[in-house]
Amino acid sequence: MLAIQDLSIRFTSYTYGLRKKESCVVRGLDLSIAPGQVMAVIGQSGAGKSLLAHALLGILPRNARVEGRVFFKGQPLTPERLSSIRGREIALIPQSVTALNPLLRVGVQVARAARLSGISKKDVPTNVRHAFARYLLQKEITAWFPFQLSGGMARRVLTATATVGMADLILADEPTSGLDPITASETLGHLRELANTGKAVLLITHDLATALQVADMVTVFCSGTTVEVARADDFQGLCQLRHPYTRALWSALPANGFVGTMQPIEKSSNADGCPFHRCCNDQDAVCSQRVPELKRSGAGWVRCHHA
Amino acid sequence: MLEARSLAYRYGQQHPWLFYELDLRISPGEIVGISGPSGRGKSTLAKVLAGYLPPGRGSVMIDGRPMPSSGHCPVQLLFQHPELAVNPRWKVSNILREAEEPTPALLQDIGIELAWLDRYPHELSGGEMQRVCLARALGSGTRYLLCDEMTSMLDALTQVHIWRVVQDFAHGRGLGILVISHDKTLLARLCSRNINCFEGSAAHFEKSTSS
Repeated sequence: MLAIQDLSIRFTSYTYGLRKKESCVVRGLDLSIAPGQVMAVIGQSGAGKSLLAHALLGILPRNARVEGRVFFKGQPLTPERLSSIRGREIALIPQSVTALNPLLRVGVQVARAARLSGISKKDVPTNVRHAFARYLLQKEITAWFPFQLSGGMARRVLTATATVGMADLILADEPTSGLDPITASETLGHLRELANTGKAVLLITHDLATALQVADMVTVFCSGTTVEVARADDFQGLCQLRHPYTRALWSALPANGFVGTMQPIEKSSNADGCPFHRCCNDQDAVCSQRVPELKRSGAGWVRCHHA
Repeated sequence: MLEARSLAYRYGQQHPWLFYELDLRISPGEIVGISGPSGRGKSTLAKVLAGYLPPGRGSVMIDGRPMPSSGHCPVQLLFQHPELAVNPRWKVSNILREAEEPTPALLQDIGIELAWLDRYPHELSGGEMQRVCLARALGSGTRYLLCDEMTSMLDALTQVHIWRVVQDFAHGRGLGILVISHDKTLLARLCSRNINCFEGSAAHFEKSTSS
């Protein structure tokens, strides 16, 4: 469905006067999703997870430069092709509740998304009604404004907006943060259902515990690059996990010890060497000199000199 | 002691009470947890306790006295969505200075990098922004911290790091802390006691209003 090869995103900004500075926020990113699969992208805040989704949709700010190859359904994803399928074949569930228009009733917003995704005018009300029912939003809520919604409800409205159409690839950017466990697992259940009907779901989240409930594969993302790709089944204990960062993330979960065995790393993405070489316990000379390559390891991939 | 005495709140006369006759006590240095389904009024309770909303009935007291109406509010609230809690046109350095100049030690403890100070809120990620809000809220006059899903936007490692800082402040400066979270395993790790006043159905609030 989707294959990303060696993607990098750079931002140009002005520092002083007309002097420009370029910073690389995502580099060497590889990712692929098959139809019917939920691929979770896990990473700390600021790792560039949301940028990945925005790059796929071509909605990065103007000062961003994207390099690398992206294939959607086997064809290269060019900006022209992207603008014709954005919202129709690829849909985004945005991270921030500010994505809702504050001055428009939410029912109107979902209807507009349905119309833009190619649903005929006649079918829009039915589709909207179903979308609201699917996410347990009462009928009256269609007439509410975003400020009247609680955090969880706003999240469900955003999910309804993205899934009301016929998109084959759903990019879910933090769909569960701030939801109570019951609503969260329902939302994830809906994503799983979408995948079971042959759609591909890219689940972008920082929350490892919830992602593991539905994901088939997990891509661990840190400092703008892929650190490890593992099957969700590998997250049973520390021994199956390949990268020290993944292991630290696993032990930091409140259910697994709540210990910070590794400092959250600083983002010095322009430095040489492995991004973890200052905070990793297994580091040696080679780590500070060379960025490790992504290499195959069992059913997954890992970017570490010592794995 | 931060105290809520038979507190009640509703958004207008026609709406049902979100909570009714609610009593709550938080001692200095104590970490108390609240959980419950979304849309039940947990965030509203936090806003009433921090003085953002006037209580419908009842009162919020600090050491037996009503909350001061001017000056640095001793009860500081950290929101679920930090990007909505700051002025989008201000640089981070100004946001941090909104209440008072933060000390370099504080910034270091919370993990705020100097490179962020020159940026605007939209140039930071949600987690980074939440740290900025934490630093802003931890001014010298702060005695109680209400954390409304504060780390729900953060990854597990950063979450551990932030809560260690908050726990240190709770012990070191004797801050009383109210943690609102959906994550029961997190509350079990952090809190010395949990309040379940939002766990049951909303019906028992309505029942008590009709009587």
